[in-house]
Amino acid sequence: MSTEGGPAVTSRMARLFDVRYVIGGLLGFYGVVLVIRGLLDGAEQLAQAAGFAVNLWTGIALVVVAVAFLAWASLRPLGIEVDEEELAGPSA
Amino acid sequence: MLRLDLGWLDYTLLAVYFVVVLGIGVVARRAVGTSADFLLAGRSLPAWVTGLAFVAANLGATEIIGMAANGAQYGVATVHYYWIGAIPAMVFLGIVMMPFYYRSKVRSVPEFLKLRYNNQTHVLNAVVFAVASVLIAGVNLYALAIVLQALLGWPLWAGILASAAVVLIYIGAGGLGSAIYGEVLQFFIILAGLIPLAIVAVRSVGGFAELGRRVEASALGPNGLHAWQGTGVGDVSNPIGANWIGIVLGLGFVLSFGYWTTNFAEIQRALSAKDRSASQRTPLIAAFPKIFIPAVTIIPGLVALVAIPNFGNDDTGGLEYNDAIPALMGQLLPQGVLGVAVTGLFASFMAGVAANVSSLNTVVTYDLVQPYLARGRSDAYYLTMGRAVTAGGVIIAVGTAFLAAGFNNIMTYLQSLFGIFNAPIFATFILGMFWKRTTGWGGFWGLLSGVVAGTAVFVLSKAGVLTFGSDIEVTFYQAGAAFFVDAVVTVLVSMFGRAPARSQLAGIVYGVAGADGVVPTLKQPREAVWWRRPVLLGGIALALTVVLNILFA
Repeated sequence: MSTEGGPAVTSRMARLFDVRYVIGGLLGFYGVVLVIRGLLDGAEQLAQAAGFAVNLWTGIALVVVAVAFLAWASLRPLGIEVDEEELAGPSA
Repeated sequence: MLRLDLGWLDYTLLAVYFVVVLGIGVVARRAVGTSADFLLAGRSLPAWVTGLAFVAANLGATEIIGMAANGAQYGVATVHYYWIGAIPAMVFLGIVMMPFYYRSKVRSVPEFLKLRYNNQTHVLNAVVFAVASVLIAGVNLYALAIVLQALLGWPLWAGILASAAVVLIYIGAGGLGSAIYGEVLQFFIILAGLIPLAIVAVRSVGGFAELGRRVEASALGPNGLHAWQGTGVGDVSNPIGANWIGIVLGLGFVLSFGYWTTNFAEIQRALSAKDRSASQRTPLIAAFPKIFIPAVTIIPGLVALVAIPNFGNDDTGGLEYNDAIPALMGQLLPQGVLGVAVTGLFASFMAGVAANVSSLNTVVTYDLVQPYLARGRSDAYYLTMGRAVTAGGVIIAVGTAFLAAGFNNIMTYLQSLFGIFNAPIFATFILGMFWKRTTGWGGFWGLLSGVVAGTAVFVLSKAGVLTFGSDIEVTFYQAGAAFFVDAVVTVLVSMFGRAPARSQLAGIVYGVAGADGVVPTLKQPREAVWWRRPVLLGGIALALTVVLNILFA
């Protein structure tokens, strides 16, 4: 009774969409929006955040993370997981 | 005074997030054809996905807001909740316990008790878990509603209902799959809001050195900057109010091992990994972000303490400790990143409730309905049941949300619940996995008496019969009592009973060969690359933790 729902049944969940593109897309969108907002920020916004261009830098960081995820997802697409053929442990 | 001035840009960022998360639910729904799709998400996910979901499931709004509150109230010693209270238990889970869970092929943590002990133990644990899940989901709902009320001006009831509706749609459609994928996304959004907040907060008080100087001059005093100083037995001067024995045994051993190694809301993420090695790596990968999360919760707490006048004195009109992060967000973040931070708070709330609800529906469907209440029905019946339980659980959690209103510090309330419900279970599991002599009834009476003992300490301290140094110390002792009583009763009852038949232990107890001839041991999986070796990953996490403890002693 505890074996149903094995890999064959639900791997389609994993293949249906690659969550790395979702992460990259959303963070990338946030990043671009914040960079634009940051470039438009004036003295008022700067003063509120203790003199730190927080929109600009957060935006840049988000874009970097987003590019990393998109690059990872396109360089190692799902379904060609040659590197994931792991040797099972002696008791697995 | 907490009200945030959200602009159209902030609302746009928030709205985009909801569209993406509901989109995940809709897409995941197309993958749901059976109850196993809905409740288990298959054993198909890579370790980094389950690992981030593992840490995000714990990164609820209560955790973030509560830990910032603890940071302001107890100072740097709050790191014990991470470095003593989480990392060792996560490493232990990954290296020692996960192999037993994964190879037993159970669909839930209570199901392991059904295999190892008897139906009574199974039902007891499943019912206790279901009740605790609903209560904790309620606390999470309440926490978000407070934030919504303070920041956006929504009435409490509207906040609770609206938030519950979002979770219901999103988990009700895609089940565990959409919960896990949502959690991975939430992990990044939460950090994208909290990291800039922490950086700006430190700059706003003039840097780390100035922050330290002002914390020492605050109500916390010099020990507010230290994790271990002032925790000597009989001479406790650290704001955390407990001595090092209480911290190490109560928080570090009993409370945290009970939570991290047996809480199905967490284990469920590791069980959905694609193979045994990935399931072992799930909590180990999660340990690394966990080590550094205190930087973005405790630091804002300390800044709030020194920068906001009268902070923590809500009796005299000051802000509550729980307001630390929302207050700093409103004060320091300009529009744009403010929208990301507000979205992060929403995301963290959803991570917590989604984890509770997606584990609740599995336990109720597979551990209570299928084996006992409605046996041998079609799979479509159990799929519908899983969805119905999701809806029912959310509705009861809404009721529970109002129960949480009576406590000032949400985290202590949560810890009280964990102390009662989780601490004894660890004793039952560890004895069951490693001691062949443990009997079914030994497990049952041990578990029951453990829960009763934990409840008794909690009630006696509330009634003033037992007195402790702080609310936190109460949770340490009640967890300790629950664990100790469980272990002693389990051993005693087992000794007087007949030893369990070997067939009942096959494949799930250390050293007893299963039907497939494989003997469960602690041999670790052979991995070609170093960053996939569980023992090495766990060792690095522990070493980092030791170094950080020395630095902040």
